[in-house]
Amino acid sequence: MTRIDDDPVGGASAAVTVRGLVKHYGETKALDGVDLDVREGTVMGVLGPNGAGKTTLVRILSTLITPDSGRAHVAGYDVLSQPRQLRRVIGLTGQYASVDEKLPGWENLYMIGRLLDLSRKDARTRADELLERFSLTEAARRPASTYSGGMRRRLDLAASMIGRPQVLFLDEPTTGLDPRTRNEVWDEVKAMVGEGVTVLLTTQYMEEAEQLASELTVVDRGKVVAGGRIEELKAKVGGRTLRVRPVDPLQLRPLADMLDELGITGLATTTVDDRTGTLLVPVLSDEQLTAVVGAVTARGITISAITTELPSLDEVFLSLTGHRASAPQEAVPADVPEEVAV
Amino acid sequence: MSAAPTATAPAPAAATAVARPGSAPDARIPLRSHVRHTGALVRRNLLWIRQDPESMFDALLMPIVFTLLFVYVFGGSIGQALGGGQERYVQYVIPGMLAMMSMTLSQAVGTGFSQDFNSGVMDRFRSLPIGRGSVLFAKITVELARMLFATVVLMIVAVLVGFHIDNWTGLIATVGLSALFASSIMWVFLVLGVIMKNAQSVQAMGFLVLFPLQFGSSIFAPTQSMPGWLQAFTDYNPLSTLADAARGLMIGGPVAHDLWVTVIWSVAITAVMGPVAIHKFRTKT
Repeated sequence: MTRIDDDPVGGASAAVTVRGLVKHYGETKALDGVDLDVREGTVMGVLGPNGAGKTTLVRILSTLITPDSGRAHVAGYDVLSQPRQLRRVIGLTGQYASVDEKLPGWENLYMIGRLLDLSRKDARTRADELLERFSLTEAARRPASTYSGGMRRRLDLAASMIGRPQVLFLDEPTTGLDPRTRNEVWDEVKAMVGEGVTVLLTTQYMEEAEQLASELTVVDRGKVVAGGRIEELKAKVGGRTLRVRPVDPLQLRPLADMLDELGITGLATTTVDDRTGTLLVPVLSDEQLTAVVGAVTARGITISAITTELPSLDEVFLSLTGHRASAPQEAVPADVPEEVAV
Repeated sequence: MSAAPTATAPAPAAATAVARPGSAPDARIPLRSHVRHTGALVRRNLLWIRQDPESMFDALLMPIVFTLLFVYVFGGSIGQALGGGQERYVQYVIPGMLAMMSMTLSQAVGTGFSQDFNSGVMDRFRSLPIGRGSVLFAKITVELARMLFATVVLMIVAVLVGFHIDNWTGLIATVGLSALFASSIMWVFLVLGVIMKNAQSVQAMGFLVLFPLQFGSSIFAPTQSMPGWLQAFTDYNPLSTLADAARGLMIGGPVAHDLWVTVIWSVAITAVMGPVAIHKFRTKT
């Protein structure tokens, strides 16, 4: 993954380059030598459990904190020597960068417009424009504290779009949202990507990474444990799981044996979940999925339910790192930097 | 200067990323931008007040409550010691109240700041291409405006309880001096606001600092009857010199010494704490 080592600034295709980034909080290694490249116009998902160092990475890239060692460039600007130029080309939305709850939505956007040196008139137009685009026009004059969770995130996104950033950092944009609202936020992010913004997204959810990112970097305890295109990683961890429930539970084992004999599925073997009376079949591709379903129906077995599941973050971690994705207690300060400040 | 707005205000229709490396982003922030940023942040803080008018209660009630308390509870006895009565004490304590308010109201700047940090809006500010000082200057500007409001309230109450404003120029000079001193104290509270974990700690800390300073001074009573060691403290306590300077300016009497000591204190505190506040703000993780 180290393509442009010597001249990150000249690498026109790289919107974000990170080399050997280290940040320690006392004993805690929030980042322990991270390398990362995000190509222009793509979405990079940074996947990891709480305390993996995701937030620390975003805070360094958005110049909120400085690394202990290593280098990082965003849109060609050095996080250490060119923070002001860098701030002009980024947008930041996340757990810790939010809007002013006491101000109405419109006032929040207008203020940020002015802080980004827009004229009064332009700041006004831009605020109206973005409220409209994020479907917040009706709530424009209400304090943000009265907004629902989804509206808040949309306002956050709008706020980070005011400066028309080249690179957008989304730090766990949907953590704590219900599924419907999460879908709304995803749609907005997809629309922004459609406009050519480069996005670096941190998330704890495999599903979110799948929905939004084209490439993935998996981090754990401050280190990159895997990286690459989503399909490659999914193949590594066994792709989706097909869950089949025959009407007659006695059919479970024969069905499992049959599928294993056919050898349709790649890496893992099928497993029987007696508790739920279902068969778990790992599949790597749509073709495999179709073949499995075909084989089941050809056998004449009546099935009452069939669903596909993505591997959870836990499963991804288990297969990539060999341990579960639970955060070590010491790593918490990476996401709660106030606690260790000064 | 005229290049700034055109470079940074892209045509609304442009859908692609606008900031271009090499052309617009320059490392220096022009003075005009500083003013614009501070203005935008002042507006924010004023909108806070409109959203939450209760936040003005301290500025409204403190001058009323304290003036009534001191004039009617202590006024008689301290006034006698001054060789008069309650009326004599009114003339004595009102300039002191001005000094006290400049210190007590300054606290709010720290608690508000601490709230900002805990809410995450500060991260947004710090990820924007604005001067770090703008956020702090805006806070101080709004806080000074609040103090001016409290001063007006104080003077109205003062006149109602029998205070004579003989010297308007002196009054205006006093307000200016109080504002100067208050702004220096605000830097101290801004530092506390950055380094303390939450607004409550800032308030508790502020109370610990303020209380001895206020009562170990000539604000409420003359210091002649205090023990020698305490007098040594009150003589150098800037609140004493501010109160005494205020008395001199508003009522008459020697002014120069107290005036200069207060100015020197203010400039010294600002010179030390201003850079510390900006540094702490910049490097807060």
